[in-house]
Amino acid sequence: MRVLAIESSCDETAAAIVTDGHCVLSDVVATQTAVHAKYGGVVPELASRNHVVDIVPVVQQALATAGLDWPEVDAIAVTRGPGLVGALLVGLQVAKALAYALNKPLVPVHHLAGHLHAVYLHGPTEPRPAGPAFPHLALAVSGGHTALYRVDASDRVTQIANTRDDAAGEAFDKVARMLGLGYPGGPVVERGARGGDPSAHTFTLPRFKDGGLDFSFSGLKTAVLTVVQRRGALPEGQDLADLLASFQAAAVAQLVDRTVAATQAHGLRDVVLAGGVACNTALREAARAALLPRGGRVHVPPPRWCTDNAAMIAGAAHAAALRLAGAGHDPADRRINASGTWRLTAA
Amino acid sequence: MTDLYLPDAAATHALGVELGRRCGAGDVLAAEGPLGAGKTSLAQGLARGLGVPADHYVNSPTYAILQIHPGRVPFCHVDLYRIEDPDEAYGLGLEESVGTDGVAYVEWPRRLPDLIPPDALWIRLTPEGTGRRIVLSAQGGRGARILEAFAAARKTPSS
Repeated sequence: MRVLAIESSCDETAAAIVTDGHCVLSDVVATQTAVHAKYGGVVPELASRNHVVDIVPVVQQALATAGLDWPEVDAIAVTRGPGLVGALLVGLQVAKALAYALNKPLVPVHHLAGHLHAVYLHGPTEPRPAGPAFPHLALAVSGGHTALYRVDASDRVTQIANTRDDAAGEAFDKVARMLGLGYPGGPVVERGARGGDPSAHTFTLPRFKDGGLDFSFSGLKTAVLTVVQRRGALPEGQDLADLLASFQAAAVAQLVDRTVAATQAHGLRDVVLAGGVACNTALREAARAALLPRGGRVHVPPPRWCTDNAAMIAGAAHAAALRLAGAGHDPADRRINASGTWRLTAA
Repeated sequence: MTDLYLPDAAATHALGVELGRRCGAGDVLAAEGPLGAGKTSLAQGLARGLGVPADHYVNSPTYAILQIHPGRVPFCHVDLYRIEDPDEAYGLGLEESVGTDGVAYVEWPRRLPDLIPPDALWIRLTPEGTGRRIVLSAQGGRGARILEAFAAARKTPSS
């Protein structure tokens, strides 16, 4: 079963082809390729019309890289939400057009279900990862999300905790910007923190009176701002490295603290780190250091499948694609609309 | 114009609840202030005042740009922080959620001035000491009506 998926829920325009839910034949993300060069220079990063410009070449490149012709694609998958409706619609309309033209099933996929599936993916020449057993815990952590999920099956996901204010990746971005370090904040903070003393500044771990496992990163962001304002100048050299290392350590400590507590509260051993912030080496190492001695297992996708991509959408669509192909799909199924506020779980 | 000093996040939240109770479909609130000024605390209060359930997370829409929460009317929380050029917002569909069937709360409104109707309620938050100062203003219309209702309610605290 070969599924071609399209993802356009936020900044990235992406298409990918995945076999049997795990083997990635092709994986194209517009901002990471030369697609833009074709149109002569820098275009605004967020514009919905960039999705319009990029989508067809990205889909064509996904097909070409996989070495397939259209009849060899068995199903079309697409991110239906959550996200900006104007952005989602671009991917959705192309996916619908392909499904009608090829008379193949169309599978709508939740963006976060894709992130939670990324850990099962591998390239054609790579060994298939063992992947986590069910049930497991998943920490979805990116610029837009910071949440813990209990995953009992790929289609049975319960939210355990969420951020009450900012997402962790957003805190990295905003701290990087206030220190004049550029965008995206994750990689620049991680690089800048090297050689810094993580104990130079003490940032408190937020706790809620109700004892919940929720996250909060707004206070940490403001605490870094306070340090900068008190000095009256942007830190440089070792001072900057110390501040970044201390900030990163505090952000990671909070993510790991809640993750460990959730594994204990739910009796779970397997933990998945997903989303763009799962690229962060300090987070990966701290999660392993905290969970492995407790008998836990940590599963992290390679960085290319932590950030937004379409391979995770194609993989997550596999079970539904099989079902639709087996039962014979109904063209009426293609009358799906974008859902900007689609929720992954009822909880 | 209304000028208030809010000593802490709880006071900011409470002000949001009061404002939210006095807003209805089509109203637009434009919130200005630096990072850490309390824009998210105010949004969370507004959400409760608009009847968004207490267990519903109202967190930052910085990355998503728009988040719509279910309340007595939809609460459309917009954050234009990532929009550096008005051109970038073209085609995102934000105008469908601002000044339409819900209450829109727009952070960093000057990034996309055309999105804000002339009769919006403007909210300026400025850190001051350990708290923040908040200035509410409007140029007639819907914004002025919210401000009048808000001022009247503060004169008679029992209402």
